[in-house]
Amino acid sequence: MKNQYVSRKYVVGSVLFLLVLLYLVRLFYLQVIDTSYRSSASNNVLRFVTQYPARGLIYDRNGELLVYNEAAYDLMVIPSQTGPMDTADFCAVLDLSLEEFNARLSRAKEYSRYTSSIFLSQISSTNYAVLQEKMYKFPGFYVQARTLRKYNRANAAHVLGYVSEVEESDIQRDPYYNMGDYIGKSGVEKKYESLLRGKKGVQIFMVDVHNQIKGSYLGGRRDTVAVVGSDLTLTLDADLQAYGEQLMVNKIGSIVAIEPATGEVLALVSAPGYNPSLLVGRARSNQYAILEKDTLKPLFNRALMAQYPPGSTFKTINALIGLNEQTLFPETEYYCDLGYYARGVYVGCHLHNAPLNLIQGIQNSCNAYFCNVFRRILDNPKYGSVREGFVAWRNYLTSFGFGSRFGSDLTGELPGFIPELSYYDRYYGENGWSSLTIVSMAIGQGELLITPFQMANMTASIANRGFYIVPHIIKSNADGQDMDPRFSEKQIIPIDSSHFETVIEGMDLAVNGLPGSGSTARNAKVPEIIVCGKTGTAENPHGEDHSIFIAFAPKHDPQIAIAVYVENGGFGNTYAAPIAGLMIEKYLTKHITRTWFEEYILNTDLIHIDTTNQHMD
Amino acid sequence: MTRRTNIWINTDWITIAIFVLLVFLGWINIYSAEYNEHEPGIVNLSERYGKQMIWILAAFTLAIIIFIIDARFYMYFSYFFYIGVLLLLLAVLIFGKEIHGSRSWFILGDFRFQPSEFAKFATGLALAQFLSSPNMNLKTIKNVIKALLIIAAPAFLIFMQPDTGSTLVYAALVIVLYREGISPIYVFMVIILGVLFVITLIMNKTAIITILISATFIYYMVTHQRKKDVLIGAGIFIVTGSLLSLIRLFLQWDINFYFITILTLIGSGLVYILLAYRYKLMKQLLVYAFLVGSVLFAFSVDYVFNNVLEDHQQKRINVLLGIESDPLGSGYNVNQSKIAIGSGGFWGKGFLRGTQTKFNFVPEQSTDFIFCTVGEEWGFIGSAVMILLFAALLFRLLILAERQRTHFSRIYGYAVFSILTFHFLVNVGMTIGLMPVIGIPLPFISYGGSSLWAFTILLFIFLKIDATRTEFL
Repeated sequence: MKNQYVSRKYVVGSVLFLLVLLYLVRLFYLQVIDTSYRSSASNNVLRFVTQYPARGLIYDRNGELLVYNEAAYDLMVIPSQTGPMDTADFCAVLDLSLEEFNARLSRAKEYSRYTSSIFLSQISSTNYAVLQEKMYKFPGFYVQARTLRKYNRANAAHVLGYVSEVEESDIQRDPYYNMGDYIGKSGVEKKYESLLRGKKGVQIFMVDVHNQIKGSYLGGRRDTVAVVGSDLTLTLDADLQAYGEQLMVNKIGSIVAIEPATGEVLALVSAPGYNPSLLVGRARSNQYAILEKDTLKPLFNRALMAQYPPGSTFKTINALIGLNEQTLFPETEYYCDLGYYARGVYVGCHLHNAPLNLIQGIQNSCNAYFCNVFRRILDNPKYGSVREGFVAWRNYLTSFGFGSRFGSDLTGELPGFIPELSYYDRYYGENGWSSLTIVSMAIGQGELLITPFQMANMTASIANRGFYIVPHIIKSNADGQDMDPRFSEKQIIPIDSSHFETVIEGMDLAVNGLPGSGSTARNAKVPEIIVCGKTGTAENPHGEDHSIFIAFAPKHDPQIAIAVYVENGGFGNTYAAPIAGLMIEKYLTKHITRTWFEEYILNTDLIHIDTTNQHMD
Repeated sequence: MTRRTNIWINTDWITIAIFVLLVFLGWINIYSAEYNEHEPGIVNLSERYGKQMIWILAAFTLAIIIFIIDARFYMYFSYFFYIGVLLLLLAVLIFGKEIHGSRSWFILGDFRFQPSEFAKFATGLALAQFLSSPNMNLKTIKNVIKALLIIAAPAFLIFMQPDTGSTLVYAALVIVLYREGISPIYVFMVIILGVLFVITLIMNKTAIITILISATFIYYMVTHQRKKDVLIGAGIFIVTGSLLSLIRLFLQWDINFYFITILTLIGSGLVYILLAYRYKLMKQLLVYAFLVGSVLFAFSVDYVFNNVLEDHQQKRINVLLGIESDPLGSGYNVNQSKIAIGSGGFWGKGFLRGTQTKFNFVPEQSTDFIFCTVGEEWGFIGSAVMILLFAALLFRLLILAERQRTHFSRIYGYAVFSILTFHFLVNVGMTIGLMPVIGIPLPFISYGGSSLWAFTILLFIFLKIDATRTEFL
């Protein structure tokens, strides 16, 4: 039998032979040469389940629990494993609309059909309980446990800060974090993140394609245990903090209270504030946006970030410098005729007796007196020129910590502003200015900017008669880990302590002077406690001046130093002084005797009156 | 009559041995792929491995029955089988049960039956019958078309189910036509068009057109004696193109640039047709027609790809060509399959120790992706052995087909060879990323009664015919 095409069998045979060879080579490459498939296989089958440690708890100085954790549950979904289910029931349990359900599911699908992603984060424990019963009806969904921050009081939000999910930048900065982890974003939560977060653990399981656990990997030998975060004790006095916030309701401003001997921050109020519970969990981003839009800027930590001219409170500093430079003596007297006049410059003053000595000058807060004091410091013949005098004066200020950050453990500190020599040289020319040009700084106006936090520290320095300790919020942590050494180190102010006594006398009289003697801060008076204080008024070009008051008490054994700012509160004595008095009384006696006085402050509304007036215009 | 007693000796036991070995290996691997620790018995009838044992025993019975029946029965009744199968394929379109969007199965109680599997051997028989008829040759277009219709009829009905994978299997029968003398130009054209199809999807069209036109020009320059004419032709081409472009410019013709190219080709082609006709240069004309055809084809690929192929089919092709990378979407199957096989290493992870297949990362791991279990648990050694076993079977079939004394039996042998080769290459190729994902089973290995029986029938009819080859002169 003859067949002319018989040779074609060789073509068919050779093609098949080549293909079989190609397949063998390909298999050899896949299985022997390329090893990447082996690691992909372990990625497939090994599930690293992160064990999230409970975040450290936060206590106040008296051991009251402020911040703790509550279990929360993230609802996860693997889209490829979802199947037909009672969507209506599902939505009812979770309080979702059908549109939202579909939107979330398609978002998860967009991310990946085959790996899990968060469908709904932080569902409440009650929802979780209901859902858990019905979970078997919803294929492809499962629940992952997490913890959420919980607050016992609605106070101290700015101090405590908040926690949120890590951002891409956090992950890049520190490889400890993975997508979906939580991290402290501000305040104590941020500053002490490394202590509070503890250490994540990991459990390695073998899973099938449905993510169902088939057993632990290598009998758990590679697993690590999660380490619970370290608990923190703050220097904050929760009662005082709450009282401060209560007093500041319907006012804009801040209160900073420090224990002078230790630099421990007792209270740090920024008003208006917000309830820290608002920035927890699923509601956080919405609430944050609302707070951010609020024209009263509740997120803005005024205690650390608002920078005001110090006003008359600054006279205490100029007095101290003058005394130390010996251009001023306690018995030095200056005359005041409703102000200070010199070569066309006029600084007004109020009506009081004249002439006055230094202590009376502080008591009466006489502007003319301190214009003289200030000019004598700068024009001190010892230095030869006003520029040298200015530098000497400025050095005293920086020793109080003005013009720079303390580097405290409170986040968001701003440095304030103390002009440098070059500032005036640039503005007026090197020989174009004199002590008179900048005389407004004698009474704490002009270019000076100081934060309430710095002001409270200044008060503490006076109370300590010449030193301060960097104010801080941490008292101790459960690990017993060493605190920053600066938090126990005395910062000495190069001014003789005897000069402080003189100034303190003036501050005593400003509060406790007899009626008619010209005391400017009588509203800060507290029964049976000697409060030493000084009023101030920060000029505000945009409206009513800001009311400032600094004080410490008791005079001979200072337990608390405080700075109070009430924006648009007028003279220091009007609102700031009574608030400081109440705070001091609250802290030292735990009891308010003059309830009518308290009522007066509580009922003062400096926010809404303003706006209604505007409406009436 | 004494010749008949030789059947025991004439039977090709080598093929049967490979067949038994493959079926047994299939069973072992199905056991591993579907292993259920609560039902560890391999004969447990509630599990797939238990059922496969039943299918295997039934297949053996079928093989014996096929051997008992006289070989001439298959020849004489080949058209009856063919028509019967076509009717079944029609019936399944009407009465079949829709599963995953296609009507491929009859379901009667617990009994499931997939007629498309059985259409393969019937088509092979019919094709053999047709091509072995007296004075048959494939030089006339009429016969080629008839042969192609025999192949296309069941393919079309299966395509209607729709079951793209099983439809494509019929393309393999082109190997039979090739062996029986069809002009290699057809095969060549199928290959060229296939290559062009892939290239069109990867490269931009300007490049393809440029290459095609340059290639044609070079071809003419090399083969044509009168180079001047070729240059004149090229000149005509360029002038026509420029003219059309100018017209497009002046008339603000809102028309695709590619369309201009095609018009130029056809326009200048008219001149060629006249010249070629005059000088009887039919070969040159054919080349030119092929050029125009290729360019048109390049454009139609986009249309076919976007409008005829289903979404998932487009994606599978894109993933295979590396145009799209989507390891969690449509590339998932291939990716997981490669991971399973690749993680097997040289020696494999060992029997029942494959994590990828056991924990269901690989889809369809006992049917279409059964080769993953082989690769993961038995490593390169195991998969190479299986590939070589298949190669041995296929080469053996080639030898058997070539030793036949009748056209019918040789053609049928080639049909068996082609179908098994296609299944083997496409199935294994898909699991190692050399072929797009086309859901067809690996013969004798994959789980499933219909496919195992169909392949058994396909193979054993040929072995029976082969065993009686000495009866024919």
